[in-house]
Amino acid sequence: MRRNVQHHLTVNGEPLEASFAPYKTLLEVLREDLGLTGTKHGCELGECGACAVLVDGEPQLSCLALAIECEGRSIETVEGLGRGAALHPLQSAFADLGAAQCGYCTPGILMTAKALLEKEKNPSRERIKEAISGNLCRCTGYQQIFEAIEEAARVLSEEDGHESQAMKVRP
Amino acid sequence: MKVLGKPRRRVDGRSKVTGQTRFADDIVLPRMLHAKLLRSPHAHALIKEMNVEKARNHPGVHLVLTGKDFPITFGILPVTQDEYPLAPENVRYVGDPIAAVVARDEQTATEALDLIEVKYEVLKTISNPEEALANPEPRIHAYSELGNIHRLQAFEFAGAEGAVEETISKSDHVFEDLFFYEGNTHLPIEQHASVAQLDGEGKLTLWSSTQVPHYVHRSLARVLQIPASHIRVIACPNGGGFGGKCDVCNHEMVVAKAALLLGRPVKICLNREEVFYMHRGRHPVLMKFRTGVAKDGKLTGMHLQTLVDGGGYGSYGVASTFYTGALQTVTYELPRYKFDAARVFTNKPPCGPKRGHGTPQPRFGQEIQLDKIAERLNIDPAELRLRNILKANTVTANWLKVGTIGLAECIRQVVQRSSFKERYKKLPYGRGLGLACGSYLCGAGLPIYWNKMPQSAVQLLLDRSGQVTVFCGATEIGQGSDDVLAAIVAEVLGIDPFEIRCVTGDTGITPVDLGSYSSRVTVMMGNAAIEASKKIKEMIAEAAAEQLEVAPDRLNFSDGRVFFENKNLSFAEAVGFAEEKFGTLGAVGSYKPPRGPGRYKGAGVGPSPAYSYTACVVEAEVDPKTGWIHVPKIWIAHDIGRTINPVLARGQVEGSVYMGLSEALMEEQIFRRLPPKLSSALVHKIPSLLEYKSLTSLDMPEVDTVLIEDPDPNCPFGAKEAGQGPLLPVMPAVANAIFDAVGVRIDELPITPDKVLRALKLKSEGKIARVGPESFPAVPYPEPVVVPPPWEGGDGNAVKGFDRPRLSPSERKVSSSKI
Repeated sequence: MRRNVQHHLTVNGEPLEASFAPYKTLLEVLREDLGLTGTKHGCELGECGACAVLVDGEPQLSCLALAIECEGRSIETVEGLGRGAALHPLQSAFADLGAAQCGYCTPGILMTAKALLEKEKNPSRERIKEAISGNLCRCTGYQQIFEAIEEAARVLSEEDGHESQAMKVRP
Repeated sequence: MKVLGKPRRRVDGRSKVTGQTRFADDIVLPRMLHAKLLRSPHAHALIKEMNVEKARNHPGVHLVLTGKDFPITFGILPVTQDEYPLAPENVRYVGDPIAAVVARDEQTATEALDLIEVKYEVLKTISNPEEALANPEPRIHAYSELGNIHRLQAFEFAGAEGAVEETISKSDHVFEDLFFYEGNTHLPIEQHASVAQLDGEGKLTLWSSTQVPHYVHRSLARVLQIPASHIRVIACPNGGGFGGKCDVCNHEMVVAKAALLLGRPVKICLNREEVFYMHRGRHPVLMKFRTGVAKDGKLTGMHLQTLVDGGGYGSYGVASTFYTGALQTVTYELPRYKFDAARVFTNKPPCGPKRGHGTPQPRFGQEIQLDKIAERLNIDPAELRLRNILKANTVTANWLKVGTIGLAECIRQVVQRSSFKERYKKLPYGRGLGLACGSYLCGAGLPIYWNKMPQSAVQLLLDRSGQVTVFCGATEIGQGSDDVLAAIVAEVLGIDPFEIRCVTGDTGITPVDLGSYSSRVTVMMGNAAIEASKKIKEMIAEAAAEQLEVAPDRLNFSDGRVFFENKNLSFAEAVGFAEEKFGTLGAVGSYKPPRGPGRYKGAGVGPSPAYSYTACVVEAEVDPKTGWIHVPKIWIAHDIGRTINPVLARGQVEGSVYMGLSEALMEEQIFRRLPPKLSSALVHKIPSLLEYKSLTSLDMPEVDTVLIEDPDPNCPFGAKEAGQGPLLPVMPAVANAIFDAVGVRIDELPITPDKVLRALKLKSEGKIARVGPESFPAVPYPEPVVVPPPWEGGDGNAVKGFDRPRLSPSERKVSSSKI
């Protein structure tokens, strides 16, 4: 039997100790050792973008990263995107506007879009197209995905506005 | 309408955006083992010897299976049961599975595959239809009709044999054109996966990424020789299907057998390369259209010949081959029609159904030919089509009964919205517009195996809590099948779709539905759902009427209430009274399409309860220096009958536009022959998502989508399909736009920059500015089955050729032509 290694990972804000085979990719450890099957795979070769997660806030293809390289880094997956039971504005917009058809590429696109919106509050259509150009979707034709990301950007900006107003009235 | 037609979040939307949708590979069971398949590296060979001892003794290996463990064949069509789960003697394409290892993990199984020793006797390979016709030996399948020709078909829809040619040759104009449509593949992002388990009762459960759990269920019973009632197939939501998960698959049989033998759960997940080799995608088709046209642009008759490259096995191929000709009659009036088809076996992955199943290829040819006709006769392309559109409520020359046709309005919409009249032929050199139309089935009229049973069924369960559970065998492949089901039940019962729990795609607990293919789900499941819902509504109304002291037929069901004027009950209260009155509440509904009027053998392919229609305009920019094609915008109008959920309907249409454009410009499933020292194997040129090109977010143009509602009485609330039809006009519209832009005809797909450059070079040399097939090989098509159309005194039966004798090759009429 091959020996497992023990590593400290931070996944969706929770520090945890994981035991896994040292040759495993981050994708495999997330899905097989941590039970986080929300992250998908379409090629395991870095071609489709379905396995995108955020590592220290940056979108990364989890099929190309070894889990042992992620020690001490912050990993975010689709399971951590919601706000408790409530959906993140990106999730709501994707569900409402038809951006998820089969839903298989969706987790990867949601995480990639989250990284984009954290850097740019109101990205142009062109910026959105560029940001998700590494995520293949065979169902939607992308239009409704663009629209959902734009809608989420709008909602997030509004939330920011409310928060900053709330800050002002606080003593 | 309270629910239908209003934009809504789909009922399974939340689960898809939280990562909670459980796809087949997401299933993890205690004690689960993992399987991998050993696949043939040869395209055509005999297995002479196989030694699996080393693999069997490898630490961590639990089981090795070979062809000896599977004596019984399977196949999706009853006439082509030609595949073994693991090939015992013959391998017919690179990738044909020959052995399986089940081990503690994938890594161990993969290591053990390398320990299996196989000796092959390599056979000559057949790479394309021309080679298949020229080489009757070595025969890929012994059962093929003639040499390596799998199937031959010929029909003449006219009063007498030869009448079609007579009509065409006497027409004012005769157009003869050759077209080629390259094969391509579905490319779902989810790779196929299956998990099999022996349950506590000793019965088999298989979870699988399949579009057709019912057919998998039947095939497992056949191959494993256990009672069908002891097998439960659960179709997990598919991570994209497009026809790629419509066939019964080797790996499904293998994990089922392994679970039966080991008593432990067994999982398999194909890697991307394996998905390319399993294929079952678009058939490459060579076509010859000979069409007669009157001065006014009306079509007088058509003779279509197709030559279909089937790959190594039957799959859906016999049906696909029929479909290359069966639907040519449902869009435009065609007084006389002749159709010859041949499917050949080649040593490549088997072809099968992909979105549009057999019809995008001839649609590509026909719509380009119409553009050529419009050009030569100097008629506007939109006007030419409007003049030829079939009249609603018609029986066609080949005896298809067509109901509503919303195509004229679709054409008017795309013409107006794209300013086609103002801009066509008037844009600067390098920019152009192209128009094309299409039509598709709303469900195949007959099931794959012939029977008189329902093709879809729905069961409802209600109780005093007000909860409504709906059971149906239909399969969610992303298209929104569960949402359609919930919406239709909700509409009838006057409640919100989110109040309904859908239990679908599970042969153990849901009534039979044949699966998600042929755009059948909305119409067939929808009609069954209406029947069940109406039955339960009547019971609830009767009980509620007693309580409210009004006549049952005066009650309204709306907004979660059952009411008349100011007397009202909540839906849950009304259900409670019905439970008191009738006992436990349930209802069933089922649907079987009306029988088509055709009575000749072969009339089973083409009939449908309704046909959808689409028109499309593509704008293209072509760089004459590089041949590069840029498509900035596409306008599309789809006759959907009635829209159930506009968010999803638009998604289906735009997803079709995307896939159609991707096929038009880049997608191709192509092979190369390795040198003889490497066994001359036919290997996939580009079996990866990086090299098999498909459109990305950066390539996708703006799409202007219009849904035309022309409700069809055969459809639930009038709703037709939307998932396949809108793909059809996109490819020819691209080709027609390129002609408008730079004046060259590209009569084959995909339309790549090198072909455009070649055609431009021919044009500059004063030659015919066309790239496409140059000749059509000699195909021994048989004498046709002659079926007179309704207007030539026919009754739907054949008058000649229905007992076609098997002819020897020398007796067959050989036709050949060059252009």
